[in-house]
Amino acid sequence: MNEDPVDQRQVERIQNHPKYKELVEKRSRFTWWLSIIMLVIYYAFVLVVAFAPKSLGAKISSTSVISVGIPIGVLIIVSAFVLTGIYVRRANSEFDSLTQAIKEETK
Amino acid sequence: MRRLSELSALASVLLWSSGAWAADAAKPENPLNMTAIIMFFIFVSVTLGITYWAASRTKTAKDFYAAGGGITGMQNGLAIAGDYMSAASFLGISAMVFAKGYDGLIYSIGFLVGWPVILFLMAEQLRNLGRYTFADIVSFRLSRIPIRTLSALGTLCTVILYLIAQMVGAGQLIRTLFGLPYEYAVVIVGTLMILYVAFGGMLATTWVQIIKAVLLLTGATFIAIGALNHVHFDIELFFRSALEGVKSSGLADHKKVVAENKDIFAPGGLVSDPISAISLGLALMFGTAGLPHILMRFFTVANAKEARKSVFYATGFIGYFYILTFIIGFGAVVLVAPNPHYVDLAKGVLNGGNNMAAIHMAHATGGDLFLGFISAVAFATILAVVSGLTLAGASAVSHDIYANAIRGGKVDERVEMRISKIAALVIGIIAIYLGIQFEKQNVAFMVGLAFAIAASANFPILILSIYWKNLTTRGALIGGSLGLISTVVMVVLSKTVWVDVLGNKAALFPYKDPAIFSMTLAFVGCWLFSKMDSSAQAQKERALFAPQRVRCETGVGATGASKH
Repeated sequence: MNEDPVDQRQVERIQNHPKYKELVEKRSRFTWWLSIIMLVIYYAFVLVVAFAPKSLGAKISSTSVISVGIPIGVLIIVSAFVLTGIYVRRANSEFDSLTQAIKEETK
Repeated sequence: MRRLSELSALASVLLWSSGAWAADAAKPENPLNMTAIIMFFIFVSVTLGITYWAASRTKTAKDFYAAGGGITGMQNGLAIAGDYMSAASFLGISAMVFAKGYDGLIYSIGFLVGWPVILFLMAEQLRNLGRYTFADIVSFRLSRIPIRTLSALGTLCTVILYLIAQMVGAGQLIRTLFGLPYEYAVVIVGTLMILYVAFGGMLATTWVQIIKAVLLLTGATFIAIGALNHVHFDIELFFRSALEGVKSSGLADHKKVVAENKDIFAPGGLVSDPISAISLGLALMFGTAGLPHILMRFFTVANAKEARKSVFYATGFIGYFYILTFIIGFGAVVLVAPNPHYVDLAKGVLNGGNNMAAIHMAHATGGDLFLGFISAVAFATILAVVSGLTLAGASAVSHDIYANAIRGGKVDERVEMRISKIAALVIGIIAIYLGIQFEKQNVAFMVGLAFAIAASANFPILILSIYWKNLTTRGALIGGSLGLISTVVMVVLSKTVWVDVLGNKAALFPYKDPAIFSMTLAFVGCWLFSKMDSSAQAQKERALFAPQRVRCETGVGATGASKH
């Protein structure tokens, strides 16, 4: 995959650029955190399904037939969407402008 | 031989699509559904028109594999949703909610939560490092021939298994919906997908998927609104009616729920033990991140920014869709189950089987015309998914095996494209043949197996090649192969194949989903054999990690959109 013309010296300049290090550090911390949050939400749910399925059947109130499992399930779906939104928001602004700056300063 | 003559009869029908096929050969199970057929013909005409337009714009390999790289984030988000929301999830998940209640939601959640992880860890990296297939990324540092071969093998296994399941589902569904014989349905689906892919490439496939996504989301929204309208949008009343519906239902599944005193609003017996639950969760979540036809969609956008936007939109559309299937499933308990028009009381199932819950819901909420529309949408849904799969399979053959593994990357683009088109034709014919052969087989395990292979062979080598400096060719090769082989062996020895398909008495492997074991094997294999690898080649590969990371993070050197 090395068909594309890449300026090797620019790659080296980027590697040593402080803003590149900042970008990599900030982005990896952010994405790993977000991934861990998603994994924890999901596997907490899976473990409840596996070990305590009845607890999801508890009713949301004494007069209702709706179980807590239903809003929880819908919330997990919504949380997945919200997490992607949080990432896109920060990436579109902060990470993209850092990347832009790195590219320009290493030309 | 009977099949062959039917096939040739069908070929003539397809060529001169006259309306006279009702009287033909094999007896359809149901009367022909004319509204559905007319709407389906409109869909086919529009998509073939698009294919014609796309063919005139598909000149280079980049056009063919990646639609020229000019698809926007929003369009790609819709196309991803169209690629991912299969008829199996539309009909299957709403049917599972209908029959078992809450368990359907567990599946939906598993199918969705892979998407954020794809966004955080892979979407932009795929776009920055790759061009046409996910093997591009893995072979960025690693040795071309073995890695391309392994990735192509992983791709083809996933694609063929997924395709067979789709084909068999398509045949059965279309027989029920349109009243067409099974073989006809399979051949029509196969022929159309070959036409879309071979002539229109990624551009036509993308638009088929976008149109289908819009149709499916619109249709499902109407059904869900119809269901909620019935209870005047009172959510409490909705679930209360569902509960009553199950108690008074004459269907076998519902009687069983009542007899066993199960709570339809809590997890039921779907997941039997913790190992299976975790294993299924792993396969669903990371399988999505290893499906070649999904990964390929990330090469159709111009840059990393559009790639990330596409996942944001896709997650929204897919999540919304799963909430709709949940409403539709319970809605069917309220509106479909008590209505003798939809129920086969003698067999204790819905007419056409319980998978028809969403289809009957369309009729219950919108009458004959809407039923026709949803039937046509279900057909379109299958077409969009199988086209994406066929394109991914064809690209693995032409780009990974032919252009890179055999010709070392030095190849005439036109030849590569021709190989890809031939591969699409061959894969299509294989899919039609196997689709017909497997008519009477239980193919439910195949999608699960495809996800398990994607999670245990494709995903580990892909994610490690992006993030782990020390991965070497030897490690990836051994780890990936271990994942692939162990998945297949464990699934074959499990109850789903060993007992249910092969007819043996007892399963040799106790769990239904192997992912927890096969993924562990793959990752440990990659890690151990990379660590032990001290060859000169391995040193070179490790040294290439830093420049790869630069391109990965900044997009410097990544391929851009082609300018027309």
